[in-house]
Amino acid sequence: MSTATIDVPEVPTGSRVNYLNAQYGVKSWLFTTDHKRIALLYLVSITLMFFIGGFFAVLMRLHLIEPQGALVQPETYNKLFTMHGVIMVFFFLVPSIPATLGNFLVPLMIGARDLAFPRLNLISWYIYVVGACFTLYAVISGGVDTGWTFYTPYSSSFSHTSVIPTAVGVFITGFSSILTGLNFVVTIHKMRAPGMTWFRLPLFIWAIYATSIIFILGTPVIAITLFLLALERLLHIGIFDPAIGGDPILFQHLFWFYSHPAVYIMILPGMGVMSELVTCFSRKRIFGYSFVAFSSLSIAIISFLVWGHHMFVTGQSIYAGLIFSVLSFLVAIPSAVKVFNWTATLYKGSISYDAPMLYALGFIGLFTMGGLTGLFLASLATDVHLNGTYFIVAHFHYIMVGGAVMAYLGGIHFWWPKITGRLYPDGWARFAALVIFVGFNLTFFPQFMLGYLGMPRRYAVYPAEFQVFNVMSSAGASILGIGYLIPLIYLTWSMRYGPAAGPNPWGAKGLEWTTPSPPPTENFEEIPVVTEDAYDYAESTVNRG
Amino acid sequence: MMGAIQTGSDFLFAAAIQAPQLRPEAASSIAEGVDHLYFALTFITLFFTFIIFSTILVFMVKYRRRAENERPPDTGEHLGLELTWTIIPTLICVGLFLWASSLYFENSRPPSASTEIFVIGKQWMWHIQHPEGVREINELHVPVGVPVKLTMTSEDVIHDFYIPAFRVKKDVIPGRYSSLWFQATKIGTYHLFCAQYCGADHAEMLGWVYVMSPADYAAWLAGGVPSQTMQQSGELIFNKLGCASCHLSDGTGRGPSLLGIYSKEEELKNGDKRLVDEAFIRQAIVNPNSVVLPKYPAIMPTFQGQINEEQVLQLVAYVKSLASEERKTDGK
Ligand code: HEC
Ligand code: HEM
Ligand SMILES: [Cu+2]
Ligand SMILES: [Cu+2]
Repeated sequence: MSTATIDVPEVPTGSRVNYLNAQYGVKSWLFTTDHKRIALLYLVSITLMFFIGGFFAVLMRLHLIEPQGALVQPETYNKLFTMHGVIMVFFFLVPSIPATLGNFLVPLMIGARDLAFPRLNLISWYIYVVGACFTLYAVISGGVDTGWTFYTPYSSSFSHTSVIPTAVGVFITGFSSILTGLNFVVTIHKMRAPGMTWFRLPLFIWAIYATSIIFILGTPVIAITLFLLALERLLHIGIFDPAIGGDPILFQHLFWFYSHPAVYIMILPGMGVMSELVTCFSRKRIFGYSFVAFSSLSIAIISFLVWGHHMFVTGQSIYAGLIFSVLSFLVAIPSAVKVFNWTATLYKGSISYDAPMLYALGFIGLFTMGGLTGLFLASLATDVHLNGTYFIVAHFHYIMVGGAVMAYLGGIHFWWPKITGRLYPDGWARFAALVIFVGFNLTFFPQFMLGYLGMPRRYAVYPAEFQVFNVMSSAGASILGIGYLIPLIYLTWSMRYGPAAGPNPWGAKGLEWTTPSPPPTENFEEIPVVTEDAYDYAESTVNRG
Repeated sequence: MMGAIQTGSDFLFAAAIQAPQLRPEAASSIAEGVDHLYFALTFITLFFTFIIFSTILVFMVKYRRRAENERPPDTGEHLGLELTWTIIPTLICVGLFLWASSLYFENSRPPSASTEIFVIGKQWMWHIQHPEGVREINELHVPVGVPVKLTMTSEDVIHDFYIPAFRVKKDVIPGRYSSLWFQATKIGTYHLFCAQYCGADHAEMLGWVYVMSPADYAAWLAGGVPSQTMQQSGELIFNKLGCASCHLSDGTGRGPSLLGIYSKEEELKNGDKRLVDEAFIRQAIVNPNSVVLPKYPAIMPTFQGQINEEQVLQLVAYVKSLASEERKTDGK
């Protein structure tokens, strides 16, 4: 980048002082306030949670190979899908991109030395860990069986499992999200380098900004909701259980008021990553910068108004149904605009197929399908049939796993050389992207069929005529599982044995690529001055190396 | 485990030679309409997926990087294009919304002359009672070609009554009545599922719907040998619980006469106007203080906990029948 006058020293990694080797020892990690080290702390913890949650999923799929259930008792199956959902949503996907890539990149991308509140950042991670411990305690102490949605009155008055520890865990982790969101908003407002105007910000920052707003506004609602649930369960105060004067549907309103926006917490950062990847690997400016930026904000805002589309069959009034339906269609439009803009960015580009780009292309395909199948559910007449079936499971996995997890992996592969200073084996990475894409589709596409045929979700046993698609899905899940293990292996390997990466191995734009890899603790020797727009690939020369 | 893998591979093999069913049976008057919308949505999904995939593929090949230091030209912005691909999806969404909503509107209003059947969900079975008094568990017998309205409630947690072949589904919620209607169009046997997770045996809370010719249905009802109709059971409870001591039919008791109240509009003490339907009657019985009438003191005791949902339904059936008796006397 021509903006900052940094001549990158051609010193092999290790002999130069950077954030990784500046200090050694466990203490230097546990008490660090460096946003880059905290990002790595998060990376390790959410990866652990991802594989725990994934392990439960594999058990579920194995179980469902046979109609009468191949592996466990129904009670155990119910705990498996609950803990899978809770862990994947609250402890992996919600923090995934914001807490790892966001933490690492926000200061680097805007030309700052750290986040606005470095110590708060560290506290956020500790809060996350405490929350995760409560939830893991719930798993060990016999599990929980309410579904990640904790619907009342089942969760408040009927379930005999560890509902309270789980709810406490989710409650606590919520504060970690709120504080992280706050930190990002302040940082983005206050700490941009000279010349880094709002419309020069990389779109990843816009996406993180929109996500942070949802964190701050939405998370307190789920916290209150779980608090009320705990009150009713412990003290029998009638809030949700009609037997003691409560209203069970109230819970669903409160829960989805957070959890629908939370869906966008999970996907918006992924969209931000996409904009970085597509531009870099086609060497193009993003097509329609302001459309992409504002679509993030409008998605964030509208997402607070559509919670009722989860409740079309609860006996909600027809008119309420109509309003939630029209708003849900509305939120589909900015999502479509983004897909078109990414595709148009490729036009007349110089497209290369490095591993991160393969993940990005996979994202576009799977997210498109996830989004379009959302239209089936926004349509009232078809939702009545599909609600509560495997169609729902397939739909949200296309968005959350096909979309968000794909983008997360793409982002990890893209910034890995920056984070670790090492390159990973590109062939393996491309191979893994392919395995994941194939495995994913084989796992979740048959579930659309199952849903339309009428198989309800959360069934530990099922009528025999549904077996063929279930077996396909389980076969896909084993491929997908392997697909996720491969990167774990070669990325870990590369940390020690990978060849050293230069400051900018992809020839990418953006301030983070102007510092050495891995960056020094203070990020920039001198705070850069920005003089050009984001993704200015056309004008300057690109130096790989 | 090994056995599971064995059957798994057998099944993949079976699937390869014998294609599995792709469309669920369509056995109600609304099923075809819902399916047409579903097919249209499928078409739109495939169409756009195809457009996006093929454009990406073409670009990937055509604009692949040919030299390391290639510098593609800046293609700039294009407002016209942005507007096109904002407006076209918007129009499609508006169209879909109108289609889906009008269909839903039609599908959710029961014809007024529906046969009524009562459903109670209870962990983990369905209790069903016909007005004639016949009871069944996890089975629902209905005549073909006749609109049927289900009035449903739950004894414990939220369940969901789902008949895929009819494309109908509705949550069954404790503490309130929900309703659902359908008109079966094909004689046969269809799945009945619980579609809202409700605890340990949620997956076994299922049953069968038997759609019969009207003659067979009548014969089936007669063969059920109920001792009493729902309304007669209701009357017994009404007398046993002492409702009759306050609710005298001439209105001179401590409570109002219940004659002919069903489907009338009632003005409450707090000024609200409420239609007297099943839900209202239920509320008056389990939570009388929430529907106090202007001219009466709030002395009616709550019967919540003393009677179960089935007995409440029978009381409701009885109170409703008082309305039709009055109508009969009116006719004289
Ligand atoms: C102690 C006297 C008393 C008894 C016993 C009693 N009720 Fe009532 N009921 C009342 C009064 C008074 C009202 C007027 C509204 C109010 O205060 O709730 C009423 C209202 C009603 C209403 C609403 C009527 C309307 O026009 O809105 C229904 C239905 C009803 N009662 C049914 C029953 C049934 C069924 C039982 C027996 C299980 C019963 N009541 C027992 C006194 C009684
Ligand atoms: C490794 C691949 C995965 C497989 C094979 C898988 C499989 C499943 C299965 C079988 C269910 C239960 C369906 C049911 O009985 O209702 C489920 C539910 C769910 N999954 Fe996954 N899943 C995978 C990855 C993920 C990931 C990465 C996420 C991250 C968000 C996720 C989020 C969820 C959620 C939120 C539910 C809903 C739980 C519920 O309410 O039932 N899954 N998944
Ligand atoms: Cu939603
Ligand atoms: Cu159930």
